[in-house]
Amino acid sequence: MKITDIIKPLDLKVISGHNGLSNEISGGYVSDLLSDVMGYAKEGEIWITLQTHQNIIAVASLKDVSAIIIVKGAVPETDTIVKSNIENIPVLSTDLDTFNITGCLFELLKME
Amino acid sequence: MQFRHKIAGGDFAKAGNVASSLKKVLRQLNIDHTVSKRIVIALYEGEVNVVAHAYSGVIEVEIDEEKVKINITDKGPGIIDIEKAMKEGYSTATSQVREMGFGAGMGLSNMKKNSDLMKISSVPGEGTIVELLNYIRPDAR
Repeated sequence: MKITDIIKPLDLKVISGHNGLSNEISGGYVSDLLSDVMGYAKEGEIWITLQTHQNIIAVASLKDVSAIIIVKGAVPETDTIVKSNIENIPVLSTDLDTFNITGCLFELLKME
Repeated sequence: MQFRHKIAGGDFAKAGNVASSLKKVLRQLNIDHTVSKRIVIALYEGEVNVVAHAYSGVIEVEIDEEKVKINITDKGPGIIDIEKAMKEGYSTATSQVREMGFGAGMGLSNMKKNSDLMKISSVPGEGTIVELLNYIRPDAR
């Protein structure tokens, strides 16, 4: 499954990093602690977080995650958007909270 | 091959830039993906530690046929109890730094896990030196 395939079913808004929308999804990782993601997220996973500052792109890019979903309708900072476009890491937004978006994504990935 | 980068304490906007540039170099050198991923994680954490805790620092990277050596030297408060600092979950980061999702107390343990050899020496009130070594051949550890 690619990032493009989950946009509609999960009602996600693509904020930036459009060039990475064909990234293949290998799973998901949920954390708001950057070192936790650095240590444990795997390549190709979608990272779900409430953090919006630019350091999430550095972490996402170093770990080669497939995309970042920002929860609860939070708006990422301009620096985050700029870096996401440079690194081609899609930043997606949902109005749902972490629990609910994770559940939906889990169900969707399970169907594959 | 050698590189030297200066790091400014508190400059979170640039945190991760050195790790990111090393990642590109390791890719160009065709270094095994699993090996380079570990090096990049360890360096990122070291870089963030300087930004989050020290006043300034220098990162030196040395690459030869068999290994990647990274020295991170900072001027800063130093680490009073290294053993305690190594424990996952222990952190002296400020609440502001924690709100950003840093300061989880996992940095040093991530560095240890992702390096083949790690040495820390610190003088409280002066600074800290972290030496990381990773072998390039995955089976050389």
